[in-house]
This record gives sequence, structure tokens and C-alpha cells, in this order.
Amino acid sequence: MAKANKHTLAVTVENKPGVLTRVTTLFRRRGYNIESLAVGATEDPNISRMTIEVDGDDKIIEQVTKQLYKLIDVIKIVDITEERSVDRELVLIKVRADTNVRAEIVQIVEIFRARIVDIGRTTLIIEATGDAGKISAIEDSLRPFGIVELVRTGKIAMVRGTTK
Amino acid sequence: MKLKGAEILLHCLQEEGVDTIFGYPGGAVLPIYDALYNSDIRHILARHEQGAGHAADGYARATGKVGVCLVTSGPGATNLVTAITTAYMDSIPIVCFTGQVGSSLIGKDAFQEADITGITLPITKHNYLVERTEDLRDIVREAFYIARTNRPGPVVVDLPKDVMDKVIDFEPNGQEEINIRGYRVMKGYNSGQIINAVELIKKATRPVLYAGGGVIASEAAEELRELAEKRQIPVTMTLMGLGAYPGNKALSLGMLGMHGTKYANYAVSECDLLIAVGARFDDRVTSKIDDFAPQAKIIHIDIDAAEIGKNVDINVPIVGQVKEVLQAINAKLGEVPEGHNKEWLETIERWKDAYPLRYPSSSDGRLMPQHIIEKVYELTNGEAIIATEVGQNQMWTAHYYKFKEPRTLLTSGGLGTMGYGFPAAIGAKVAAPDKVVIDIAGDGSIQMNIQELAVAVEQKLPVIICILNNHFLGMVRQWQGLFYEKRYSYTDMSHQPDFIKLAEAYGAIGIRVTEYDEVEAAIKKALASKDKPVVLDFWVAKEADVFPMVPSGASLMNMIGGD
Repeated sequence: MAKANKHTLAVTVENKPGVLTRVTTLFRRRGYNIESLAVGATEDPNISRMTIEVDGDDKIIEQVTKQLYKLIDVIKIVDITEERSVDRELVLIKVRADTNVRAEIVQIVEIFRARIVDIGRTTLIIEATGDAGKISAIEDSLRPFGIVELVRTGKIAMVRGTTK
Repeated sequence: MKLKGAEILLHCLQEEGVDTIFGYPGGAVLPIYDALYNSDIRHILARHEQGAGHAADGYARATGKVGVCLVTSGPGATNLVTAITTAYMDSIPIVCFTGQVGSSLIGKDAFQEADITGITLPITKHNYLVERTEDLRDIVREAFYIARTNRPGPVVVDLPKDVMDKVIDFEPNGQEEINIRGYRVMKGYNSGQIINAVELIKKATRPVLYAGGGVIASEAAEELRELAEKRQIPVTMTLMGLGAYPGNKALSLGMLGMHGTKYANYAVSECDLLIAVGARFDDRVTSKIDDFAPQAKIIHIDIDAAEIGKNVDINVPIVGQVKEVLQAINAKLGEVPEGHNKEWLETIERWKDAYPLRYPSSSDGRLMPQHIIEKVYELTNGEAIIATEVGQNQMWTAHYYKFKEPRTLLTSGGLGTMGYGFPAAIGAKVAAPDKVVIDIAGDGSIQMNIQELAVAVEQKLPVIICILNNHFLGMVRQWQGLFYEKRYSYTDMSHQPDFIKLAEAYGAIGIRVTEYDEVEAAIKKALASKDKPVVLDFWVAKEADVFPMVPSGASLMNMIGGD
């Protein structure tokens, strides 16, 4: 049995309307599970890059890859799970912050090299970037104060070194 | 020159070699129909958009060319959905042009607006919404290219009305090469795997070829035949593969799977090498997948890499054009001496003798449906193009009509679409007017697209419809009989139109046949019709079953019935 695990696929696609729907429709129809998906522009305005985290054993990932390749608008797929890569996610966390705990929160923010981007009367919005582990850690550290709202971008990733 | 979008569209169709389209007009496609008014392109007016879609599909299956249909926006487009899915499941190349409301109205829930590109995402190989008249030519060329290359399939091109009305400068320039970044036409194969395949074939003592629709799509029947006959390998075919190898030859095992022959299923279960060619190990073929070909090494040849390893583990995967791959394998295999695979072929002969396709005599005095197919086969010399509907009529056709050539069976294998056969037969007859074209139907399915009789009459197409009329939805009734204690829940079709009067009302010929001694004369009369469709209404045994069969979930070795 191949072991079930998370894979990160870097998918290069045509920057055209509807491409995201084509990809997500395929995942839904074939019953594959998207853990996270981030999509954005690249150095070439005609090309977008999706970073898709998908849960499944090697067989499922092979099927996902082959089925994705059948989409006309998909140009290239690289499974970068095993590659040495830089992974980043961005998170915005609105946390309850009465005056008596603000100093403590500021300290946590500094430890994680995050930033405070909004100061409300009783809340702060904190912005942090990092790999999934760091994002989860900051989330855990702030939870005791009361998280009012949280949003994560999903992971983007790039292979280290000169290869593209 | 200055041309309207609609004129450019027709120009592009002619560049693609399109001479016939099947369609149905409506508000959003008025500009295109106006351009068609003076065009050389033949337009066949369907009576329902689904009929137009299946006709384009039948045209494509009978010829190998891309079938084309044209419908209006909204309900016109949604009426095509079943036809598109039918083509998608069976990998049939069609291009469907759908009208769309004007660009400024898209997304506003305008009259007859439907998001057909959204709706057809999972049932097309690709689809397009044309946003600018300037893009039209490239999109039409891409659409045909994508539909017919690699694993073929349907492509939808959605055409907003204003894009068709707009006049632009258009130069009919030369055919520059099509270059789609994310789509490459498959060339070549892994030659190491060819060597592995050849080794396995040389070593095998109990080999079986398992041929699917990919052999027909790839025009590889000749290569398949060479491999089978050179190495004395028996051939079984999927429903989609029937005709890939002549069904009347000694090496043919007929169809395998749920309603396969016993000898085909036994051969697959006992073989030591299974060579799957352009087939996809679908559940109707494998039944209980863990018990499928349990003793065999498997070679899988397919154009679609995603099919390899999808359902079963493969020893030798070969991705490539079936035709090219078979040529490469054949080139490396020598002839074998007389008597090669002798023991294996004798075993198969014994199975064929012990378990031939057979059927009992009628229990209610009505005609046996299998007899009708046998007679049709005999009187057409096995050379007709046969379309089928879905259900018992389809399976009896697969059993008793021994297809000799590719592209002579038109049937909805993957989706199982009732109402497919008759419009597909119309498409085939338009494509091949010199061929005898017959739709084998049931009394249920023929009613699903019976309106297309008007098309056959109008176009003077002598298509023959053989209704195997058991006054039931036969296949569902059969399952109710076998697995639901004969509780025939809503499968009784006793209330039905008089098909003879109905045929005559449309201007067709109708003949009812209730006695054995009338069968031959009726078929002969139908075959003699030169310009009118003929409806033959055969009243067949009400509770005849399709046997043998593998009950769902059982292994191929455990067939019931047909003794």
C-alpha cells in the first residue's frame, strides 16, 4: 500500500477565464480532495501558476496529474513535494486585544516576525507569512486571546536553485 | 475582404472540409442561419436538438470524420447535453456550435441564456466561448483539431449573437500550423516497452487480445488482425470494439463482460497474457475487478495515459497511437509455426462448443428477438451499418450480429443513451448513402427520439428501424425479474402508440410482424425501400431475457443463464 500523504503540485496554466473552474471541476468530478489552492500571475502575463495541495497516495496523485494534463489549458505540472522548495503562506488574524494583553500580543508578533496591520479599539489584525508550520504556530499562540477572524491564502511554493 | 462573423464561421467550416451539419435554428443563431441560406454546406434540420447531436455523432462514427451540429442558445444548447455526454463517454469527435445571447447580456439571465460552457465543462474534451470575432478562425481550427486528435471527443464552441453579426476585415490566408501550448498530438511510443510486450507475447501460451473502441478510432483494425492471425491469439472485443476484428472469424470470441459470451469471459479468466488495445477496463467489462484476468500479465496500449493504471495494475503500459504501437509490435514478431497455441485454441473451441450463444423457444408464442437479429444479419450479409438503442436490443445485437468491419456498429456504450440509435442512423445514412443503415430499437427507446422520423422522410433517407417490441422496458424488467422478485415496477409499456400508424403519419412505411413466416419478407421489403424510412414493428416475446450474464459484482467466471 502506498502511504496517504499531502502532495504539492505546481501547475502552470493559461491565464484565461474559466481555467480555475476547469481545474476545480476536475477535482470535484473525480473525487480528489484539494487541501489548499492558490493561484496568481507569473512573470509571463499569459501564464498563471496554481499551487495545489492534494491529499492522496501515489496512485491518486498519478491519476490527478494525468487527468490534469488532459485539460487543454494546463501547460505543465510538477510535483514539488520531494523537491527542496520554499513554501509560503500568508495569514491575516483578527485577535481580541484589550489594553491589558496588547503588550503580550505584540511580543508574540515580534517572535514570529509578523506585523500588526490594523489597530482597532478592542482588536488587532496581524499579518504573518511563513510555511504551514509557522502559520499554525502563530495561530496556536494567539488562540488563547480569542481569534475573531482568520484567513489564510493557501500555500505557494517555488523550487530552490536555478531550475524552473 | 469584409465579412460577418457568421460568414467567417461557414468559411472556416469549409476549410475544415465540413460539407454537412445537423442543426436546429433559433433566435441567437439567426445570423448563422442567414449565412447558411446561400451556403454550399448541407444543413439537415433535426426535429429536436438531441437528434441533431446524435446524428452528428453517428456521422462521425460511421466515417471517422468530425461530426458537426449547430443549435441555438439556452434550451437549444441544454437539449444537446445528452448527445455531448454520449460522444464524450465513447470518445467520438464532434464539434457543437451553440448560439449565445449577445455579449452585453451574458450573465444577466437574459431570455434563452444558459451557461453552456459551464454546463459542458465535465462532458467535453474542451470548450470555448468566442468573445471576439477576430478570434473565431483560430478557435474553430483548434476546436476541430482537438476533437479529432489524440483521444477524440466533443468540443463545444459558444457563439454570442453580436460576435456573429460583427463585420471585420478577414483574409482567407494559408493554414499556419496549430500550436497549443498545453496540447500536443501524441507521436511515437516507449520502444523499451515494445520490447517488453514482444517478450511477453512470445512467452505466452494462453494469450487473449482485448480490443476496444480505440482500435476503431485509431483505424488499427488491420494491424490488430495481423497480430491476432500471425500469432494465433483469440480476440475478444468490448461493445465499442465490435467490428475491430471480424466477428465471423474463428479467432473471434465476441464480446466480453457482463453480457459477454461465456467463452470470452472464460478465456479472459484463464489467460496468461491479456493484451488490452484501446480499451479502458470499464466496470461492464471487468465486473468484479479483483477477479479480472487473475492469472494474466497485462499489456495495455492506449493513447490516453490517464487510462493506464486507472482501474487495474498493468505490467507493460504503452502510451501511443494504437495503430503505430501495433505496427511496431508486429514488426518485431515473426510468424509462428502451424499449431502454435494449439492447446489453448482447443480449450477455447471446447468452450465454444459447450457454451454457444443460444436462446430458448418462445414461451408466449411471440417471436424470439434473437431470431430477428439473426435474420437481419443473414439478409444484410453482415454488411449493414447497425445502430442500436440501449438495453436488450443493444445486447442482442452485440450477440447475434457478427460485425465484420469497423465503423459498422453505432451504439452508446459508455453513457447508455436510450434514443441514441435512430438519430445516429440518420447521421450515418447521410454520411454513407450507399450503405444499408438499420436501427435496432426497443419499444421504449424508439419513443425517445421518434420525432426524427420527419427528418428521414424529408431527406428521403431509407433508414430501417427494427423495433423489438416486447411491450416492456425489457432490460429493466429483466433485472426486476432476476433480482427484484418479478416486481415489474413501471416497466410495462403496453400503452404505446400504434407504430405502424405513427410511421405512416410521418410519411414513412410501417410493417407489423407477428409471425415467424413473415419475418424475412418484411425485412426484404424494408431493404427494398429506396427513398422512405421503414418501421418494422416486431412483436417479440414479452419476457425474453438477455443471457448469459454476469450478475453485478460477481466475477466473470460466474455467469448465469444461456444454458
